[in-house]
Amino acid sequence: MVPMNAPTHRLPEPDRPWMMRTYAGHSDARRSNELYRRNLAKGQTGLSVAFDLPTQTGYDADHELARGEVGKVGVSIAHRGDMATLLDQIPLDRMNTSMTINATAAWLLALYIVAAEDQGVPEDQLQGTTQNDILKEYLSRGTYAFPPAPSMRLIADTIAYTVEHVPRWNPINICSYHLQEAGATPVQEIAYAMSNAIAVLDAVRERVPPELMGDVFGRISFFVNAGVRFVEEHAKLRAMSVLWDELGRDRYGVQDERHRRFRYGVQVNSLGLTEAQPENNVYRIALEALAVTLGRGARARAIQLPAWNEALGLPRPWDQQWSLRLQQVLAYETDLLEYPDIFEGSKVMEGLVEEMLAGAREEMARVAEQGGAVDAVHYMKSALVDSHRARLLRIESGDLVMVGVNRYTETEPSPLTSDAAGGILVVDPEVEAERRAAVERWRAERDQQAVDTALAELVRVAGEDTENIMPATIAAARAGVTTGEWAQALRDAFGEYRAPTGVGEAAAVSSEDLAELRDEVERVSEALGRRLKFLVGKPGLDGHSNGAEQIAVRARDAGMDVVYEGIRLTPSQIATSAAQEGVHVVGLSILSGSHRELIPSVLQELQDAGAGDVPVVVGGIIPDADAAALREAGVAAVYTPKDYDLNRMMREIVALVAERNGVAAPAA
Amino acid sequence: MRPESPTGAELGARLREGDLSAAPAVLNLVESRAPQAREQTEALLAAVSPAELGAEGRAHIVGVTGPPGVGKSSLLSRLVAEWRARDRSVAVLAVDPSSRTSGGSLLGDRARIEADPRDRAIFIRSTAAGDRLGGLAPATRAAAGALAAAFDVVVIETVGVGQSETEVADVADTVAVIVQPGSGDVLQFLKAGIMEVPDVLVVTKADLGRVALRALANLRAALRSLSARDTAVLAVSSVAPATGIGELVDALDAHRDRLDLAARRLRSRRLVALADFATEHGERGLRALGGRREAERWLEQQDPALDAGTLERALEERARSADPSGSGTI
Repeated sequence: MVPMNAPTHRLPEPDRPWMMRTYAGHSDARRSNELYRRNLAKGQTGLSVAFDLPTQTGYDADHELARGEVGKVGVSIAHRGDMATLLDQIPLDRMNTSMTINATAAWLLALYIVAAEDQGVPEDQLQGTTQNDILKEYLSRGTYAFPPAPSMRLIADTIAYTVEHVPRWNPINICSYHLQEAGATPVQEIAYAMSNAIAVLDAVRERVPPELMGDVFGRISFFVNAGVRFVEEHAKLRAMSVLWDELGRDRYGVQDERHRRFRYGVQVNSLGLTEAQPENNVYRIALEALAVTLGRGARARAIQLPAWNEALGLPRPWDQQWSLRLQQVLAYETDLLEYPDIFEGSKVMEGLVEEMLAGAREEMARVAEQGGAVDAVHYMKSALVDSHRARLLRIESGDLVMVGVNRYTETEPSPLTSDAAGGILVVDPEVEAERRAAVERWRAERDQQAVDTALAELVRVAGEDTENIMPATIAAARAGVTTGEWAQALRDAFGEYRAPTGVGEAAAVSSEDLAELRDEVERVSEALGRRLKFLVGKPGLDGHSNGAEQIAVRARDAGMDVVYEGIRLTPSQIATSAAQEGVHVVGLSILSGSHRELIPSVLQELQDAGAGDVPVVVGGIIPDADAAALREAGVAAVYTPKDYDLNRMMREIVALVAERNGVAAPAA
Repeated sequence: MRPESPTGAELGARLREGDLSAAPAVLNLVESRAPQAREQTEALLAAVSPAELGAEGRAHIVGVTGPPGVGKSSLLSRLVAEWRARDRSVAVLAVDPSSRTSGGSLLGDRARIEADPRDRAIFIRSTAAGDRLGGLAPATRAAAGALAAAFDVVVIETVGVGQSETEVADVADTVAVIVQPGSGDVLQFLKAGIMEVPDVLVVTKADLGRVALRALANLRAALRSLSARDTAVLAVSSVAPATGIGELVDALDAHRDRLDLAARRLRSRRLVALADFATEHGERGLRALGGRREAERWLEQQDPALDAGTLERALEERARSADPSGSGTI
């Protein structure tokens, strides 16, 4: 009961701060565990585990596709032993752990449950989140493994299992985060995330008793993004809470108002972080943090902030500490948590929310017309590719200002990046060999019969669509099965999948600048005898395909024949394609830091395939020192995030092909 | 063409010896519009003509066509694996329907055909379609003819229904049309005679069970009413566990075994020559020949040993003499 004369513009008690996390993990379980314990000692209140790409896509360290990726963007976890080491001395009955894991979410959750058992903590006490959102993997992030139908079943199974046995766990985080990274407008971000949630809830509805639907709805949380346009971004979150409440009430008949509360965690925007003058990113991150904290009506439950140097490479512990301190200043020094919702009654905020609701409802209807989010993956993907392209064109034209990138580019040398490594973390290259040896040792020392039995049972359950996959998965975790074995068993049962690239459907654009470029492509093609053919390849497990897609679409618009085959290709697949397709130039995109291993390996495979004379250009998050080494190894050009002018890049690629094929330069 | 590119005769000789590694250079050549490339392409085709080979090209040329989204690429992945399991080398010429509004195109089809990149007996090449959906470019016709000298199987994959299987039928020994259950187009097209009866009809997504069975029954009924008793109708599933793939390869083989190959290839060379002529000289060129039917009749009287390139040149010769003023397009 609030006293009658209590002020309505202040809270009687300040709110408790949100959960503070840092998305962290690298190399192996031991090194990551040390990092986690240091972070917790610094005042971090929850864990956010970053897994490496092989773990995320279900391969052991000794698989061909894992080459160059082991321990790079996160920690490598192969079995219950690794998970126990990762969580050593961290009390799982009190810790709240978020795991960025999707295709293999059921498996990592099982390992977590088994690690808790080892600590003597029963599963019903565990708190945390598995990201477990596969649709956005098809749309943006790329760490999927299985086709849509069995993937949705795995998600529904983990939800059905946790609602009953791990009731404090958030079994899924519907991600709008990666949609924004892929170019989504705020309206698209809302609409696709909500449509995605509907697809998941519809699938779960068939696997749990109706009386549990309220609990299910209440356990669904979101993982959102916030860009630097922080007023609009805050409005977006308010619009999402309105829609979520409606959805619970109207579509799923959720009675309890608490179950319908929109709960979300956030990692603020990486797309807008710049490689040029990277220190400015600190301001961007702070402003983005306001988007998710300013209004109590739609405040984040958990926050993790990126580091200032993400566009340069992997952040070091100190860089991450700097971001954690920003959260602490915001929560403990400012007066943010002392007030009720400061936007209540604001005409501007209400207007923005209405605007977004209208747009989002329209877009949701479009997705529904196509049979829902699973069937509309193609549509949504090409819409995202289009939006992303529109954004890039605005950066190129200068309509969208990025300080330090397309305006105010003059700068003093930065003392922050002047150390030998260029101000980033370099993962010890020995880690991969260590991990390979470790997983082989693990397989040699375990009870193989128990493993075989557990895998056979897993395969049996996989074939029974009505049975929940979790018990067999937990049994496999206990028996010592590895990540790669679990995923391979399911790949055999479910089949593999390649998501749509979205580029084929992208509408053609034209501009004056492009017309000139097309003339030059035409001229060089004529001289070559056939149309200039360009292979855009993504070697390794990195699924961040937005950059590669934009290059492919722009090259097509410039008049080239473009071979783009999507993500996750081995160097040998890329080289074979280049040779068989008869391309004139190869462009490779890598953002996971594995370029030092994978690019030389593509060059070698090109030699072996008889295409050693085809020039190779590389784009990605490539530190200067590495760029020099790649050029030394034979790469013709290296592009990094600061090269935002795609037409210039295209002109250079055409000139490169002309030069290598003895085509004279255009008459001046 | 780069200066050091192999000549048409050299490539032809390599194909005659069964050198599969010649395939990329063969495609680079036949796709080239450079003036000297046309001559080299003719030399290549002459080098792999039945006269030079002493027989028809060894390959089974299979056309695979169907509307977008029916799962052709997944099916091809399975088919390629099955052919490899039977120790046959396979070349896939995937004609991508990508639009050419900007002159450029996006080719991604091979992405969806899963194959071991280290297996040198598999060759996959994607080409942008001709001017319209499902249209074959002259390069694809030439490539199919040339690669047939070295590979055991040459697949031409196109997209579309109604027109594309006719164009593919000009080149292929066996045409398989792929449909998915529930799509009535093919059924309607067959009944209305818009579409020629294919050699093999494949219903994908057999895992859909009853729906797939009903589609099979409807297609069989339609074929019976057209008295097309030779057309095999099969259901396959490309998703794990795949079914019907071995049976499909058997059905394709059975069609090929029934075929008078020499007659089909002869017809193909003549139709290819005419199609290439039409691509080059358009409707006006065809009029100069007295129309398509007349041109076909004339081709039927030509020496059966002539290769497609020679026949096309003969057609040009004839069109030019029919238009003595020289003011026409020829």
